[in-house]
Amino acid sequence: MPNDEQHEEKNRNEEEKNTAPLAESEPTVPADAIEGMEAKPEIAAAKPEVATNEPAVEAEEPELVRAAYEHPLPIRITHWVNAISLFVMVTSGLRIFRAFPSFGPKIPEKVLLDVPKSLTLGGWLGGALQWHFTFMWFFAASGLFYVAYQVVSGHYRTMLFTPRDIPGVWPMTRYYFFFGPKPPATGQYNPLQKLAYTSAIGFGALSLLTGIVLYKPAQFSWLAFLFGGFHLTRVWHFAAMCGFLAFIPGHLIMVLLHGWSNFYSMLSGWKREPEYQE
Amino acid sequence: MISRLEDKELKRKSRRQLLKLAPVAALGVFAFPKVSDRLVAAGVRFSDWASGEVFRSRHPAPTFSDSEVAPFAKFPYNGYDVLDPQVDLEKWTLTVEGDVQHPGEYTLAQIKALPKINQNTRHICVEGWDVIGSFGGARISDFLKLVGANTSARFLEVECVDDYYESIDMASVLHPQSLLCYEMYGQPLDRKHGAPLRLQMPTKLGYKQAKYLDTFRVTNILKPGKTGYWEDQGYSWFGGL
Repeated sequence: MPNDEQHEEKNRNEEEKNTAPLAESEPTVPADAIEGMEAKPEIAAAKPEVATNEPAVEAEEPELVRAAYEHPLPIRITHWVNAISLFVMVTSGLRIFRAFPSFGPKIPEKVLLDVPKSLTLGGWLGGALQWHFTFMWFFAASGLFYVAYQVVSGHYRTMLFTPRDIPGVWPMTRYYFFFGPKPPATGQYNPLQKLAYTSAIGFGALSLLTGIVLYKPAQFSWLAFLFGGFHLTRVWHFAAMCGFLAFIPGHLIMVLLHGWSNFYSMLSGWKREPEYQE
Repeated sequence: MISRLEDKELKRKSRRQLLKLAPVAALGVFAFPKVSDRLVAAGVRFSDWASGEVFRSRHPAPTFSDSEVAPFAKFPYNGYDVLDPQVDLEKWTLTVEGDVQHPGEYTLAQIKALPKINQNTRHICVEGWDVIGSFGGARISDFLKLVGANTSARFLEVECVDDYYESIDMASVLHPQSLLCYEMYGQPLDRKHGAPLRLQMPTKLGYKQAKYLDTFRVTNILKPGKTGYWEDQGYSWFGGL
């Protein structure tokens, strides 16, 4: 599936055919070329962290770097619009929840938890609702556009958790949490990442659908039925937020652990020296 | 897909792609309170417009069996100021004005003479709680017919004995479940629930369903800053469910 980046790259290659003969967009490197390069020990020594898990280092042009255009522009835009919207939806949502912090009846009201005001946005119920009713559009639009783009472009294959990823979950969990050996990188995302990202999309879908019911329970009464009626829908809406609140800290910790070049890839699209081969 | 390129080239490509992300930074305007106040108010107006578009004037809100109705004691009293504004029930009349053929004072007996509707519907508060209650009253649409209202006007303005005020889009007013409610649980409306007459509209949030009704005005124009007690402080004007 050609994208703007690849076009750009081709044009660039034609322009600079003489100056950069090896900068080609061809994604695969022939196996024999890799083997041939393996015999250059001085380069392996110069970049030990690369040489340990992969033999391919450019022989003739040592200054060439491996890079992958991981995040197409629509993904990056929706990622950041979603990040901002999610922050607003959660903080204003918690302020709305403060107005009736319970899932039971109004009489008698059993306060479930007292959300500190400092974690909330909007100042009062009306203000929080204004933020919520404004950013729900950004949240919905970025989410729907993201999913549509993933499906149409086929890019979803890099991140969608499928049954084939199940066997890889435990080795990755062992590596992350119990000092197990590091499983080899087979693609842009490991099975645990795929599980996390796919779940996040699920939380998004749940918060959107339950949000529609809470906002328009009379117009979408058939949808309320799906969630066990209006009253229970409020629980599901809250549960979707809890899903996000479970996802976000893990996501941020992993971003911190993987350093700047990984983080920068969600801004620029390009990942320098990715771990995987193909 | 792995590419191999010069460091300089990778940096150049990365920078170009980074710049393409710049429009997202526009959302940063929300970080400035003076701007964001107006933007989120506009967001609510947009949401209200969309709410009006998806509103189906004949689509009923869910109704419930008697066994699903919450006991009367568990139906909350809610008010913005005093729960009992000491309405003189003997002398009470509903004043009707604006775009109507027969303006004037209407008694509770005249309203009770209209076909009576009983319905068990869910009362939903903007705060998040909800309760299924039992209500009885006359359709607002029947009353508007009685007073010869121009139902192609856009709004019904409502004033209350306790200085609360509301305005409601005509489509919601004419909805078959929108009642002039004078009974709850088969008993005359009690003072704290808005005696002698309140709005009861299962397609609207609680704050739209004004209590202790005093004046009805059919109009095409709402005065800015006088669209509803809570709405003027930031609540959604449509407030529809």
